[in-house]
Amino acid sequence: MSLDAATIRRIARLARLGVGEAEIERLQTELGHIIGWVEQLGELDLDGVEPIAGVGHAALRLRADEVTDGDRVEAVLSNAPGRAGPFYAVPKVVE
Amino acid sequence: MSDMVELTGQSLAAALDGLEKGRFSSVELTRAHLDAVEALNPTLNAYITVTAEQALTQAAEADAVRARGEAGLLCGAPVAIKDLFCTEGVRTTAASRILSNFVPPYESTVTAQMKRDGAVSLGKTNLDEFAMGSSNMTSAFGAVQNPWRRRGDDSPLVPGGSSGGSASAVAARIALAATGTDTGGSIRQPASFCGIAGIKPTYGRCSRWGTVAFASSLDQAGPLARTVEDCAILLRSMAGFDPKDSTSVDVAVPDFRAAVGRSVKGMRIGIPAEYRAPGMPEEIERWWQQGIAWLRDAGCEIVDVSLPHTRYGLATYYIVAPAECSSNLARYDGVRFGERVEADSLDALYERSRAAGFGDEVKRRILIGTYVLSSGYYDAYYLKAQKVRSLILRDFTEAFGRVDALLTPTAPSAAFGLGEKMSDPVTMYLNDIFTVPASMAGVPGMSVPVGLDSAGLPLGLQLIGRPFDEETLFALGSALEKAAGFDHLPALRAGAVA
Amino acid sequence: MSYVIEGSTGPWELVIGLEVHAQVVSRAKLFSGASATFGGEPNSHVSLVDAAFPGMLPVINAECVAQAVRTGLGLDARINLVSRFDRKNYFYADLPPGYQISQFTHPIVGSGKVDIELADGTRREIGVTRLHLEQDAGKSVHDQDPTRSFIDLNRAGVALMEIVSEPDMRSPEEAGAYVRKLRMIMRYLGTCDGNMEEGSLRADVNVSVRKAGEPFRTRCEIKNVNSIRFVMQAIEVEARRQVEIWESGGVVDQETRLFDPHRGETRSMRSKEDAHDYRYFPDPDLLPLVLEQGWVDSLRSALPELPDAKRARFVAEYGIPDYDSSVLVAEQATAEFYETVARGRDGRLASNWVVGELFAALNRTGKTISTSPVTAEALGGLLDLIKDGTINGRIAKDVFEVMVETGEAADAIVERKGLRQVVDTGAIDSAIESVLAANADKLAEYRSGKEKLFVFFVGQTMKAMKGKGNPALINERLAHLLKAD
Ligand SMILES: [Mg+2]
Ligand SMILES: [Zn+2]
Repeated sequence: MSLDAATIRRIARLARLGVGEAEIERLQTELGHIIGWVEQLGELDLDGVEPIAGVGHAALRLRADEVTDGDRVEAVLSNAPGRAGPFYAVPKVVE
Repeated sequence: MSDMVELTGQSLAAALDGLEKGRFSSVELTRAHLDAVEALNPTLNAYITVTAEQALTQAAEADAVRARGEAGLLCGAPVAIKDLFCTEGVRTTAASRILSNFVPPYESTVTAQMKRDGAVSLGKTNLDEFAMGSSNMTSAFGAVQNPWRRRGDDSPLVPGGSSGGSASAVAARIALAATGTDTGGSIRQPASFCGIAGIKPTYGRCSRWGTVAFASSLDQAGPLARTVEDCAILLRSMAGFDPKDSTSVDVAVPDFRAAVGRSVKGMRIGIPAEYRAPGMPEEIERWWQQGIAWLRDAGCEIVDVSLPHTRYGLATYYIVAPAECSSNLARYDGVRFGERVEADSLDALYERSRAAGFGDEVKRRILIGTYVLSSGYYDAYYLKAQKVRSLILRDFTEAFGRVDALLTPTAPSAAFGLGEKMSDPVTMYLNDIFTVPASMAGVPGMSVPVGLDSAGLPLGLQLIGRPFDEETLFALGSALEKAAGFDHLPALRAGAVA
Repeated sequence: MSYVIEGSTGPWELVIGLEVHAQVVSRAKLFSGASATFGGEPNSHVSLVDAAFPGMLPVINAECVAQAVRTGLGLDARINLVSRFDRKNYFYADLPPGYQISQFTHPIVGSGKVDIELADGTRREIGVTRLHLEQDAGKSVHDQDPTRSFIDLNRAGVALMEIVSEPDMRSPEEAGAYVRKLRMIMRYLGTCDGNMEEGSLRADVNVSVRKAGEPFRTRCEIKNVNSIRFVMQAIEVEARRQVEIWESGGVVDQETRLFDPHRGETRSMRSKEDAHDYRYFPDPDLLPLVLEQGWVDSLRSALPELPDAKRARFVAEYGIPDYDSSVLVAEQATAEFYETVARGRDGRLASNWVVGELFAALNRTGKTISTSPVTAEALGGLLDLIKDGTINGRIAKDVFEVMVETGEAADAIVERKGLRQVVDTGAIDSAIESVLAANADKLAEYRSGKEKLFVFFVGQTMKAMKGKGNPALINERLAHLLKAD
């Protein structure tokens, strides 16, 4: 199985992963192979089987509505590769 | 006692005993390990970051604490931390270029608990990038070498993955023990490849807070150590309820060490027929039979069981884990931390930073995960995988209605050569065929070294237990360990001439 | 009678559905311990969870869950005892994790309704499809630098309720009434402050047009409209745009648009070629949210009286007109003020004073009901003086003006200024007699049949008594004296 180039471009765009034209062909084969391989699940009859998202052994715990965090601008920004005063900075976003 | 080989060659339990009896100080013990790291790490590449200075400070502090009679569980023991656990003020990379400059302003719950108990951190160990891999070949900081060599062959082998740096360091005696994480086998498979013990506890046993996420519904932290007892000591410190992790389970942490050596007489051990991979070396089957015989000799009742959906575990995993990772890794975008490649639009900045920051395997998984969740494919892949996951869980639940634990091989092969199995991703994925099902079900699994293959490489057997019944695994693991008497040493190790 | 747009091909009906984002009133954020308070220095109300640092995990805030349930109960909606959080994946500068935690397939609140009333008194029920909890995004600041946008995450992770209506509305007025009513209910419940300037309430407006009897045509979604007036304007201009397209033989594209209030038009959002595919899936960091019926019941029994119930009760209990009641319940504080005044007094008199004199005074002084210079207790004191005959209604208005200015109590003002009503018939009789004596000509006209002059004599007498005469007594004595003469 091979995924078509348009599909590779579409998912790479969704994932914001820059993919060069040269890589596309390789990814078509590699990803196609993996997808083809996982399609073995198609052999199973899954009618009426309840899907599970995890094996969580409990229900969600709720925390109290208290302010316990914040006022740590320096920690928040300490690793920022682009910063302007108390803000993160990114290339101008046109809306 | 000050000889480096003696200091580094002992178990964690023996080292803690020696510290308590004042036979050596933590500073001496730590320095011996740091010397060994210095000698071996250039070859093994097991550590990404060595925190020698901090380790010696912590060691001196531990000595003072012990002198005051306030020693915690791990007081003064030099250990290694997988570089997936965020450590305050110490660079945490997840072995990825995109985090190569990341210094967390916080400490993961697991490592904070170890610090609380007095552990000395030697540094941060190498891994597959973002814990995605089974060979440690995908690290942006270079491959890790397994300290073992095939008999009469000096070519380097992989340590397994993703906790390959931790496994290699522990096997080579350049850490007494180490933390790992296991998403689909990342503690158990490298433990098997490196001839040491390792346990992935029940999902929810160790907090995930502050550990770089790969696949949130599967990730679990656990120890790698040279003995089952050492794993028990370390796990007790790592485990525990954490209100900061909504999936952490509020159950008491037992004294796992007390279960080590406990009688296994009368325990029912299931042998699942499906844990035989096509093309699996005959030696693995032989060691498996040997393990069965040992447990029977120890008084266990051996029961044949079936986990019919085992063969679908891996395919299910390679839908679920990439799906979760594609979302978990979206935060690495060059904006708030990590590497950025400048561009004149935000989207271009994202695309370039992520293209430059992630390696091939991580990209593959992000793309697969994006694909299986995308519109029109969700039902065919992700939803289907969720259903199969529920069947896999049911297999285990049913089996544990009849038996106390399962015994299987840990991996379908011994360690392979550096660079092998790299041509096709699926071939690499098959490494985890025996470890993935327990991950999908969230149940605990332990690997114990039992013997060598004909090339002289270690092989491990896997014990799988009921949720939150790690104690049974410690009891059984120590029984196997005792019967196997595994005392082989890797070619590369502290004090040995390489 | 129903709202239509007259096109060249005939009348067009509007079909409108709203997705309202309402900020939950809580101290801390939905999944982190950072403050949810509006404002603050940039990036100061931010935890490392909100900034999506590696290994950070969400833990849900119990109060946000309770607020969503209260709101659901206030909308007469089904509360789902099991709900779940999903991730909505997309990249944006003010969305640090690259996903929004929301509820896609299993929302906490199911279908409910909102009753609205239009200016002409028509009442309609608007269906609510669902209400779910989700996180707000941060804020991008675009105007501080020529080449860069700045990111402030103070709002990132604040809890929102997204309330989705059925496509039940048919006019801009209905949409406006719906948002107003929703806001009123949430303010009563204390679950959302409804402050649209601070962005606590925003609406995504879905609009389509059709000929009568047709099935739905393609709709457009106008994003993030932040005032009720703009909601109504946006609907109107968007509907006209669509009518023009259909009538000129074109086809309306399903798309997301922005309303530009300066130009009074909607325009397509740029990023539309980037077809959204949110890849929703259950958030593996969170387990299902399971509520106990008993807990829901305890929230239900602690709910305050809601506006519709209060309005009906005021009419029944205080005998005031329905319209006045609707004015009084529009704001919870006004209703409380009114009820403090009315309790144990004449409800109609109280209503007239609150809606009349008090509102006028608040308007004039630029105050609100909660900063009113005259408290409800003080106004009640004034009404008591009217009721027991200490002062008459005329004097009461003067006293009230002094109360507004000085904040003094009514009885103190009456005492100080000697405004006590005169009920001594001797004093009234002598005032009447001097008025009649001074107006002999008028008296003669009266006697010859011009009975209307009775009112003139009353007025003159009151004037002579400096307004302090008891009007009923003056009437009575005047009639008596005119007859006697
Ligand atoms: Mg919306
Ligand atoms: Zn929303």
